[in-house]
Amino acid sequence: MDQAPGIALQLLQSILVVSAAPLVLGWVNMCRAWLQNRSAPSIRLPYYTLVKLFHKDAVIASTTSPIFRVTPYVLFGCMWLAAGIVPVLATDLPFAPAADIIALVGLFATARVFAALAAMDTGTSFGGLGARREMLVGFLAEPAMLMTLFTAAFISGSTQLTTIVESLAHREFAIYPSLAFAAVAFLMVLLAENARIPVDNPATHLELTMLHEAMILEYSARHLALVEWAAAIKLVVYMTIGFALFAPWGIAEAGDWGAMPLALAALAGKLALAGAGLALIETFLAKMRLFLVSEFLSGAFLLAVLGMLTHFLVRG
Amino acid sequence: MDSPSLLAASLAASIAWLAIGLLGLIPARESALARRVLFPLGALAGLALAAFGAQAAWLPSASLVLPLGLPDLPFHLRLDPLAGFFLLLLGSVSAGVSVYAAGYFRSESAGRLGLICLQYHVFLASMAFVILADDAYLFMVAWETMALSSYFLVTTDHRLPAIRSAGFLYLMIAHLGALAILLAFGVMHGGEGDYSFDALRAANLSPFWATVAFLLAFFGFGAKAGMIPLHAWLPEAHPAAPSPVSALMSGVMIKTAIYGMVRVTYDLIGGVRWEWGMLVLVVGAGTTLFGVLYALVQHDLKRLLAYHSVENIGIILLGLGMSMVFFGFGHPAAGALGLIAALYHTFNHAVFKGLLFLGAGSILHSTGIRDLNAMGGLIRKMPIVAFYFLVGALAISALPPLNGFVSEWLMFQTALQAPLLENGVVRSLIPLFAATLALAGALTAMCFVKVYGIAFLGQPRERHGAPPAAAEHAGTDAGPMERLGLAWLAAGCFVLGLFPASMLLTLNRVGASLTGSGLSDEALESSWLWLVPTEPAKASYSPIIFLLVVVAVVLITIRLVRLVYHGRVRVADPWDCGFPEQTTRMQDTADAFGQAIGRVFGPIYLTKRHLPAAEDAAPKYSLRIEDRHWHWVYLPVARLTEFLSEKVAWLQRGRISTYLLYSFLTLIGLLVFVR
Repeated sequence: MDQAPGIALQLLQSILVVSAAPLVLGWVNMCRAWLQNRSAPSIRLPYYTLVKLFHKDAVIASTTSPIFRVTPYVLFGCMWLAAGIVPVLATDLPFAPAADIIALVGLFATARVFAALAAMDTGTSFGGLGARREMLVGFLAEPAMLMTLFTAAFISGSTQLTTIVESLAHREFAIYPSLAFAAVAFLMVLLAENARIPVDNPATHLELTMLHEAMILEYSARHLALVEWAAAIKLVVYMTIGFALFAPWGIAEAGDWGAMPLALAALAGKLALAGAGLALIETFLAKMRLFLVSEFLSGAFLLAVLGMLTHFLVRG
Repeated sequence: MDSPSLLAASLAASIAWLAIGLLGLIPARESALARRVLFPLGALAGLALAAFGAQAAWLPSASLVLPLGLPDLPFHLRLDPLAGFFLLLLGSVSAGVSVYAAGYFRSESAGRLGLICLQYHVFLASMAFVILADDAYLFMVAWETMALSSYFLVTTDHRLPAIRSAGFLYLMIAHLGALAILLAFGVMHGGEGDYSFDALRAANLSPFWATVAFLLAFFGFGAKAGMIPLHAWLPEAHPAAPSPVSALMSGVMIKTAIYGMVRVTYDLIGGVRWEWGMLVLVVGAGTTLFGVLYALVQHDLKRLLAYHSVENIGIILLGLGMSMVFFGFGHPAAGALGLIAALYHTFNHAVFKGLLFLGAGSILHSTGIRDLNAMGGLIRKMPIVAFYFLVGALAISALPPLNGFVSEWLMFQTALQAPLLENGVVRSLIPLFAATLALAGALTAMCFVKVYGIAFLGQPRERHGAPPAAAEHAGTDAGPMERLGLAWLAAGCFVLGLFPASMLLTLNRVGASLTGSGLSDEALESSWLWLVPTEPAKASYSPIIFLLVVVAVVLITIRLVRLVYHGRVRVADPWDCGFPEQTTRMQDTADAFGQAIGRVFGPIYLTKRHLPAAEDAAPKYSLRIEDRHWHWVYLPVARLTEFLSEKVAWLQRGRISTYLLYSFLTLIGLLVFVR
């Protein structure tokens, strides 16, 4: 079994991402508190919250169907798979060919559809409202994300993330105008998909402004814990996709175990920077009106398409 | 079996359908004969046809001449891989629909059911003959039989005026299309008087006449397929028909138009040009976006599904168009991939759209409603239908690991071959069509969240103060035959989604038999687990691993959470925000879902909204969204026709001497010309 180390690495990598995800969330919250001149909560706070939620009794609305109870696990499973596919530490991932970037986008879409269905399952007005808004954000963010990824796919001639990373990491350092457009579009999609300011406010429960929170309003205890955990994993996965496309330096090559400590350090540094940057964005911007979100995201979509066209025009 | 005996067997299965239809006319006091015997027999014939077709896709073609038809014009039949593939589609989907129909028509009277049975099986047989035909004569006969039998099926409830006018519209556009197809055959045969497909293949057309033939065929088959602006009959006729017939029309009949398009373009005309591909792409992109955007604002379930058929025809056209562009520029491997993607989507759409229409039929049967705004909470009344409908909804939304995703994935892979093209403009346009596809996919997901969330989830909705409609009709779940039909098609969604490699190989064979080129060897060598369109380093997808990982994580997580913590659950009322007077009318409706889309894509719709004023004693809110094509295309054409017929009516004087004068003048005119 020459693939054994690869499979072990793949498992380790997904465990690392899944277990470190709440830490990244804690770090973002900490940075934001500092920037807003508040005293910061502990970076371990998300873990405490998860443990607390797992201990509680789950309350389930009497109007729901099995879809409501299965969805948190489906979300968690989808995000786990995503965490296993994206090359975070090394490109030596034997199962990564099971899903390329298109399948990855499909995976996120599956998670979103299940979350929206679960929200509508309760039959309350909040659930429907949240589902509708989430799908509104999703139908614009998904094509924008796909076009961003296509730009990278055209540059490297492949839709496998591992191949994309290998080819992008080894090019000469030059600024590709197409990738610059794609990076801006990707950032906008990241904010929208992870329910961050300016599209959504993760800290609000005000009905007029809720998107993601309105969907998961009926969840409690272990179900809520899994939903929140999946959201944290999703944020980290999006960040690592961003690193893979736009800053692939430090990711170890296939079979190069010596580079692993360096890869780990690079990942920690990049995540710390990205988390701080996210906190900065969330401090400087205000949340948009809902119908401005569609303009924001169609902007992202057009930027991504523009990036792709730039690639064809200037070949770079 | 070798291919000549396969052809004979397929012919026998098609004739069996005709015979079953005729047996339906046997006068019976009860409808039990048709339901218990004839429809299941029809399903068996369908299964047999599917088996023959699947084998024929791997064998060389065989042909047969039947001494029927007009003197000197015998019927030619031919079974080649393309026809085999479409027979597989027709047979397997109709098997599910027939089994379902056996349960569905339980409340029909015997006489009516006998008639439906005849029309239904003639409809099936005519589709088989369209696929098997090897000359323009038999093709047109079968094509028209198909249109007529489906017209009678659409107008089953002919006492309702809306259904009569839907049927009339359908018949009109069907004949417009048939006329164009007839003209296309006329152009293609090049003056020899021989209308067998072999002669059409051999005819050497100049580029101009080839393009004329292509345009006529594209227009003619497009009218049947439902591409814009000829789609108007589809959202009218499909909902009007009984649900199993809607499933057949949406699932299979419009696919015969795709068959015709592929047959004529790749096989009969040959020498595909990239300009044709661009036309197909532009029309396809328009059809895709239009279909899904109008589907989103519908609240009649069957109408909504019909608009999604328009969208999916657009997606198939996108695949065909990309394939033509790549073939036209001389990149056969990429062109073959596009053709495979289009044909794969054709099959997928047949399966999941059939499933969804049957699901809609079960809802209609048990609750008597088609309006989404009156549904809600059906998952508790009909859990089995709810499960199968969920499979169909996830499949049509192109979510992995079901079948809709596979074909969209192949389309994206085709679009990613764009850097091969030499023409800079076309090269940058192809990814834009991929962007259209991505947008349509995401919008479809939104639409089916709406459908499923409104119809099956939540609670039954009250309407205008009346008790909840769904509860009133005391919905029951589907019967055993209906369940079997639904399960068959749902299994198709899983099989086509999880084991795409074998279908890819079959389609590669179909493409190779048509165009002489297929996928790269590397793509074909990959194992059954992997789907590889070009080479493993570039792109691959494994739905099995995909599904296994997610399912394993889900099961392990459930187990672990139980083990480490607990599995205690308390059931309570949903949170009411401190406002206890909530009613089920406060849930989202289908219109509320559409409203957001109507706002983002405002100019596309023709919206007529009536808002109540503050002092209205009886406030009334109404919203109507109309198809702009009516005002752009259909009404002007109708006005022009009326105007012209008024002018022509001037000739009608009602005096015999005037008419004699007309005859005399015509005779003189003819003598001048014929001389």
